[in-house]
Amino acid sequence: MSTALSSHPTSRPPKGALASATAVLRRLFLQLGVLPFMLLGALLVFTCLSDQFLTSQNLVNLLRQSVYLILVSMGQMLALVTGGFDLSVGTVMAITSVVSALAMNALAASWPDALWLAVLGGCLVGVAAGLGVGLINGVGVAFIGVSPFIMTLGVQSIGFGLALFLTGGVPVSGLPAAFSDLFGFGSVLGVPVPIAVTAACVLGVLIVMTRLPLGTHLLAVGGNAKAAALSGIETRRVLMLAYLLCSGLSAISGLLLTARVETGEANLGGTVALESIAACVIAGVSLRGGSGRVPSVVLGAIFIGVVQNGMNLASVGSYLQMVVLGALLIVAVVADQLRHRLSASGRL
Amino acid sequence: MSAAQTPPLLSTVSLCKRYPGVVALDGMDFELRAGEVHVLFGENGAGKSTLISMLAGANPPSSGEIRLHGQPVRLGSVHEARRHGISAVFQEFSLVPTLSVAQNLSLGDEPCRAGWLQTVALRERARRMLDGLGFDINPDALVSDLTRAEQQMVEIAKGLRGEVSVLILDEPTASLTDREAQRLFELVARLKASGVGIIYISHRMQEIEQIADRITVLRDGRKITTLQAAQTDADALIELMSGRAIEQIYPHIAHQPGEPVLEVQGLSSTNGVRGASLVVRRGEVVGLAGLVGCGKSELFRAIYGLDPISAGQVRFLGRPLTGARPRQWLREGLFYLPPDRKAEGLVLGFSSQANMALPLLSTVLRGRGGWLRRRLGRHLTAEAARQVELAPHNLDKPVGLLSGGNQQKVLFGKGMTREAALYVLDEPTVGVDVGTRTALYQLVQRLCEQGAAVVVISSDLPEVLHLSHRVYVMSHGEIAGELQGEAIGEKPVLNLFFGSSESRS
Repeated sequence: MSTALSSHPTSRPPKGALASATAVLRRLFLQLGVLPFMLLGALLVFTCLSDQFLTSQNLVNLLRQSVYLILVSMGQMLALVTGGFDLSVGTVMAITSVVSALAMNALAASWPDALWLAVLGGCLVGVAAGLGVGLINGVGVAFIGVSPFIMTLGVQSIGFGLALFLTGGVPVSGLPAAFSDLFGFGSVLGVPVPIAVTAACVLGVLIVMTRLPLGTHLLAVGGNAKAAALSGIETRRVLMLAYLLCSGLSAISGLLLTARVETGEANLGGTVALESIAACVIAGVSLRGGSGRVPSVVLGAIFIGVVQNGMNLASVGSYLQMVVLGALLIVAVVADQLRHRLSASGRL
Repeated sequence: MSAAQTPPLLSTVSLCKRYPGVVALDGMDFELRAGEVHVLFGENGAGKSTLISMLAGANPPSSGEIRLHGQPVRLGSVHEARRHGISAVFQEFSLVPTLSVAQNLSLGDEPCRAGWLQTVALRERARRMLDGLGFDINPDALVSDLTRAEQQMVEIAKGLRGEVSVLILDEPTASLTDREAQRLFELVARLKASGVGIIYISHRMQEIEQIADRITVLRDGRKITTLQAAQTDADALIELMSGRAIEQIYPHIAHQPGEPVLEVQGLSSTNGVRGASLVVRRGEVVGLAGLVGCGKSELFRAIYGLDPISAGQVRFLGRPLTGARPRQWLREGLFYLPPDRKAEGLVLGFSSQANMALPLLSTVLRGRGGWLRRRLGRHLTAEAARQVELAPHNLDKPVGLLSGGNQQKVLFGKGMTREAALYVLDEPTVGVDVGTRTALYQLVQRLCEQGAAVVVISSDLPEVLHLSHRVYVMSHGEIAGELQGEAIGEKPVLNLFFGSSESRS
């Protein structure tokens, strides 16, 4: 109905305030996509459901909970804009968590006097392990030509299995307190460290996407790989970097979460692959590659945080939360298709 | 002449390209002088694309040599060719639809300072490039929002980036209007005057007459000859290209118009057709001509129920059938041959036999209790294969492994398993060899003379002109005019096409 109305805007004069409000909403929808509406809707619903929702303490809390997903979603976006995706982000978090915890404990046991060195060493080893996963993905996708779906699905299983094998399925506890005190609960100039680290990473990805040639190249490889190659872009190198950066960001996320929970766990990133893809898709990142904007993805990840936080406060059980999350993902995709159709019909 | 002393700008010496089982280009000797427009002329599959892809560095030669100013060069990549000043504008768009015009124009060569992207410089550079060519395109627009013609202009602008001494244009006017094409020719003239050598692929005779200096004719991967453009004409070129006289390729089809089979009144569709009316009678071949994007394919897509109809009536054998779905059309006796056999026509992994049986599965071949009648299927498809002259040993091979010509025969075969009153053939001979073309044209002749109605939709103008008894010319989604009998010719068709496009603007 609205399509028919809108495709002949001149045939009917606008009737009153309602019609013009609809027109404004439609234009906003076409320009911004579905995310602002969903975010606004979620904020309204949860404010009504729980009076604790819209408090400054809860909002800071919400942001602190969202940083892990924001980081992974940034990485996921880099893979998605090249036309692929990365299902192994959760595995990267698990490997990073387990390896950094084991390394940290081993180093701390050998040199009990140099705890900070142990923490630093553990972090480096953990991130390196995470990057190793990205390297394998990159080699498989960019150089051997395995489809991203199969490659990252396989690596996801391998990595998860290895993480469980390394720990025997038992969480690694007894980490140096300094680690959690800083990366889990510390703050710099009043800003919680996880938020500061995430802000720095978001800024970094923003710079890559808008201020470095690499950003354009990532989009070009996803938008039309052949055209990119014909334009002299090393598409394999670009794909490789996408998966490396994705795993790097997931590794940082895994490290921060390890500090937060104070144990190295193989189960750390169980649902993060689905959630990060959902955050990106809700934020308008095309699954066909070639388009994606950093601020939208941050908002998309925060939106998922809002929904989870709000449902927790409204005491919706975690089983039902899964139902809601899946439904929201599909609604977002359907709305996005509607938007494409509307803008296409508007152009004719 | 001085050309005899100075080596040519670009030349190839017995250049070959072999693929497993196919020789795409065989012993090619070609030369391009500075400041000339050299047209490559040949059918699809004659080796034109192979030659230019090797010259552009996109495809390494199997043997032979490419020389620039007489010196052998190795063009290992498009980038390397660009460094030597060879630039190609391919027919397939090499633009990234999700990026802006400015980003596309600098892709792979972004203006940077200390590794940082200079966004202002990026836009200014695009502005300069477009203004220099006289193209009125917003550098900030997304490429996906541009029309095909605008995309073509961006493509050309991109091809001219940097120092260019050899410019390769592969059917650059295929999607341009007459006025845009004239602008392109002015540009070509300017480049020529500044000493750029231009390799130009086109099928349009008028265009070739207007801009060509020399013409090299290719057939079956070999060079037939190189001619001075001033010393030849269209008929001679077509004979050289196909290796046969025109009368040998196109059969004479008897014209015995009977009762109307299809009547279309004021048809408009959501895919861009506006108020089209036409009649197709038994015993005649009706052509539908027009350039890419003029709506000729879209018209029959709408009639056949693939795209929604927004206004107008369709009558088939006297009965109203507006908005019928493909399933119903098949039952009523319309056979539709889609233009892109790989995307819409064939299941590439299935055998020829299975492909031809596909439209029969839910009707003729459905036996008692829903069981498939396999024996009947084999019989019907074998008979169809005989009609389209498909060799029996191809019946059980996966269609994807067959040559383009044989694939097209299978596609035709899908329509031969039962009788139809109307055959709609959209681009019936795209990418097939001359032998297959002649066979398919003879099939069209048989169908028509047996009393069926045939519609030929084609971008290949000679094909439409020589097969049809009547021709409708489409332009901008409308039927611009109708030609009959002796009036059918290249010039009147192009006049109709461009006439309406000029009056519009």
